[in-house]
Amino acid sequence: MAQETQKGEGQKREIVVPGEIIVKGDEYLPGDGTKKKEGEIVALKYGLADKSENLVRVIPLSGPYNPRTGNVVIGKVVMLTENGWVIDIGTPKTAFLPLTEVPMYVNKGALDEVMDLGDMGVFKITGLGRLGASLSIKSGFFGKIDEGMVFKINPHKVPRIIGKEGSMIKLIKERTDCKVTVGQNGVVLVKGESVDQELFARKAINFVAEKSFIEGLTDKVEQWFKDHGVEPEEENKSESSESSEPSEKQRE
Amino acid sequence: MAEIKRPDGRKKDELRDFSGEVGIIPNADGSARFQSGDTIAIAAVYGPKTMHPQHKQDPERGTLRCTYSMNSFSVDDRIRPAPSRRSKEISQIVEWALEPTLMIEDFPNTVVDVHINIIQADAGTRCAAINAAVMALAHAGIPMKDMVSSIAAGKLDKTVVVDLDKAEEDFEEGEGPTDIPISITSSGEITHLQLDGNISKDQLKEAIEMSKKACKQIYEEQKRALKDFVKQGE
Repeated sequence: MAQETQKGEGQKREIVVPGEIIVKGDEYLPGDGTKKKEGEIVALKYGLADKSENLVRVIPLSGPYNPRTGNVVIGKVVMLTENGWVIDIGTPKTAFLPLTEVPMYVNKGALDEVMDLGDMGVFKITGLGRLGASLSIKSGFFGKIDEGMVFKINPHKVPRIIGKEGSMIKLIKERTDCKVTVGQNGVVLVKGESVDQELFARKAINFVAEKSFIEGLTDKVEQWFKDHGVEPEEENKSESSESSEPSEKQRE
Repeated sequence: MAEIKRPDGRKKDELRDFSGEVGIIPNADGSARFQSGDTIAIAAVYGPKTMHPQHKQDPERGTLRCTYSMNSFSVDDRIRPAPSRRSKEISQIVEWALEPTLMIEDFPNTVVDVHINIIQADAGTRCAAINAAVMALAHAGIPMKDMVSSIAAGKLDKTVVVDLDKAEEDFEEGEGPTDIPISITSSGEITHLQLDGNISKDQLKEAIEMSKKACKQIYEEQKRALKDFVKQGE
């Protein structure tokens, strides 16, 4: 997904609608969101057509989140079962967190002591089956969310929020003084000292999501922070570098 | 054979002014408006989401569920907004017209909900509904093999025309009106065809040919609306 930021390096990406012919001939191979039909590669989704090397694919602009193994997601507990939790991560199929993937002792029939209905948590996708994604919280970074603010953005804008090698998210963290966790499913968790700070971080993230088509967005965001009276501060940098570590993992 | 003069002075193969717009309902996953003359349809797409009631879930593929309704103020005489026999029929027609192009087999046990409202009606509402629904589905990121465009061809007395309006639908002279709504994909396949009235084989072929040309124009407009939506954000 990180390729999103490579815009402008190659040729300009074209917007395509379903059924539209992207390229003719055998020069390219059909990738995600495309299909080969009578020697032509046809788009199956509304999005940006990306031609890199010899692969053509469509980067969708909308639609449900497509889970992948290794993604970090934020979800909500919607059901408790005998041997695990059913989590809503915004996919058409629900996700499941089995008891065995929880790194602590859980009393029999007392799953609600760890996570109850309506609780939110940060999870990692360990695999994808016919019934949906299986999740894990094995690692200190994952688990139930105790504090902070959670809100949703378009999951297809997530690569933009993170930026090339995490540059955008780093900027947002520095300027807002908040800890930010972006789930690949478009759910964002911000943790700050005060509610006002968290609201400011949310505003900044929504700004990035809205302006995601602009090239050279990092400069624009920098300007936005200046307009809102936030200047770069030296002492903030040491603190934010700590909190940016989790986000590096998420981009994989 | 005397040619019929159309009430609003259009040529035989001339459409009413039409326009499309995408992203009009922020809350929906996808939304669109399609206007053809005085007929305006808006469509909102929600999903794919888990199908309720549960017994309707299909574990093999996703389901498309369309709901067509005319707003009570859409016509001169207030119509009752409750579901009617007619609105149920048109909902089903829209579903059948769209289903062949949708690729929702990857979303088992789910439903894609399409709500279509006719906020102003001047004949050809089912065609406007299909046009708006397709744009909304594409906008919602639902995978599709092709886009569908829809138009009503018709026969006034002995002349084949496209895009009937209400005045033409009520035409009473000679052989009277024949209404033929057709939906065609951008690659030229017909997904839906209805016929109400009498028409000869040759004239039906003529009507289909004219509809194909008309649908090309509508497809271009649908494409433009979808592409312009992205450019707005720049």
